Amino acid sequence: MTELNTALIEYCLRIADNSLIHAQRIADWTGHGPILEEDIAMSNVSLDLIGQARGFYTYASQLEGNGKSEDFYAFHRGERDFRNRLMVEQPDLKDFGFTMMKLFLNGCFDYLFFRDLMKSNDETISGLAAKSIKEVTYHVRHAGDWVVRLGDGTEESHQRIQKSLNELWPFTNELFEQNEVDELLIQNGAAFNKKELKAEWEAMVNEIITKATLKIPSDSTYFYSGGINGVHSEHLGFLLAEMQYLPRMYPDAIW
Amino acid sequence: MVKLDVGEIWDLLNTIPDPEVPAISIVELGVVRDVRISDNVVEVDITPTYSGCPALKNMEDQVRAKLLLAGLTPQIRTIFKPAWTTDWMSEGTKEKLRVYGIAPPEKVSFENLHPFANNDKGPVACPFCRSVDTVLTSRFGSTACKALHFCNSCCQPFEQFKCH
Repeated sequence: MTELNTALIEYCLRIADNSLIHAQRIADWTGHGPILEEDIAMSNVSLDLIGQARGFYTYASQLEGNGKSEDFYAFHRGERDFRNRLMVEQPDLKDFGFTMMKLFLNGCFDYLFFRDLMKSNDETISGLAAKSIKEVTYHVRHAGDWVVRLGDGTEESHQRIQKSLNELWPFTNELFEQNEVDELLIQNGAAFNKKELKAEWEAMVNEIITKATLKIPSDSTYFYSGGINGVHSEHLGFLLAEMQYLPRMYPDAIW
Repeated sequence: MVKLDVGEIWDLLNTIPDPEVPAISIVELGVVRDVRISDNVVEVDITPTYSGCPALKNMEDQVRAKLLLAGLTPQIRTIFKPAWTTDWMSEGTKEKLRVYGIAPPEKVSFENLHPFANNDKGPVACPFCRSVDTVLTSRFGSTACKALHFCNSCCQPFEQFKCH
């Protein structure tokens, strides 16, 4: 296998892992949403993200060419194999505003990321990006509305979503993290420099945060990191234990 | 030998209803992208509406069954490019949705492509009484492709096929 192929596989797994783990977290809300409409909304968002993950896993398995299925990547890898950002694995089921803030901060990045990736010279990647960006745009609009509504809402909703923003902010540097895999793909025209998205991402986030009368925490000096190397927070293991239980317990089970 | 020509195969596929919105066919929905005949095999390209649409598998199964029953050998491929859009629906298809009770999608515009663009394109017309005195009650509905609205004139909730 060429070096470029190996890099492409790693790159696809990162995107798919981000979507899948985020989807699994959001799906925790199913049956627990604050109102029926939001319960349905979160199941829908989760479904979109799972669909995006499937597309990238399937492509990774085609590139690997060893007959692994999308299910293999989702259900038969351990936490050190997962390449998702630490932000998406943080538990959601504590505060609806936390979930919306997380969806918002990630979504703004994914919107810009997929917009670039639509220009990838890899046909499959650009196709999957063009598909994903439409869904992400809709998610960001929804989450952004909630950030404004809660931030500019009651004293309690304002205080709680500000707390969510403070808690999530140290995870935002990881959005722009890249390594030699990215560098190789950038050289080859298959991917783009994520660091160049930072200013635009900040502008997008600021626009809504300002509208929501919230403040970006300025005293954040420590930023979390580790996802692209498979080094995770303590939460991922528990998430995988639940998500992977059935296919590992009954390896022959099919849908 | 394949007994039908490409046009006849399109007609055949056009009889398969969308499993979630049976008022229109999967061809009218824009899910069937291409039909080719190569030797004894009928190759069909399909594309998902939304990435996670659970109905895609059902549509694929229906295409396969329809072609097998016609004595053909199907080969079905899922493609992602170009990304599915509601703009592929004809005016006739949109009218079928309206008659069925689902407000049809508007044309895709800049507002759909940027998350914070002013998204107020005016209210969606009620499919029952055509009033525009309606409100969006939820961006997400019973399927990935629909949103929920409410008509203040005839006091009916209704679904809209989201512009995508």
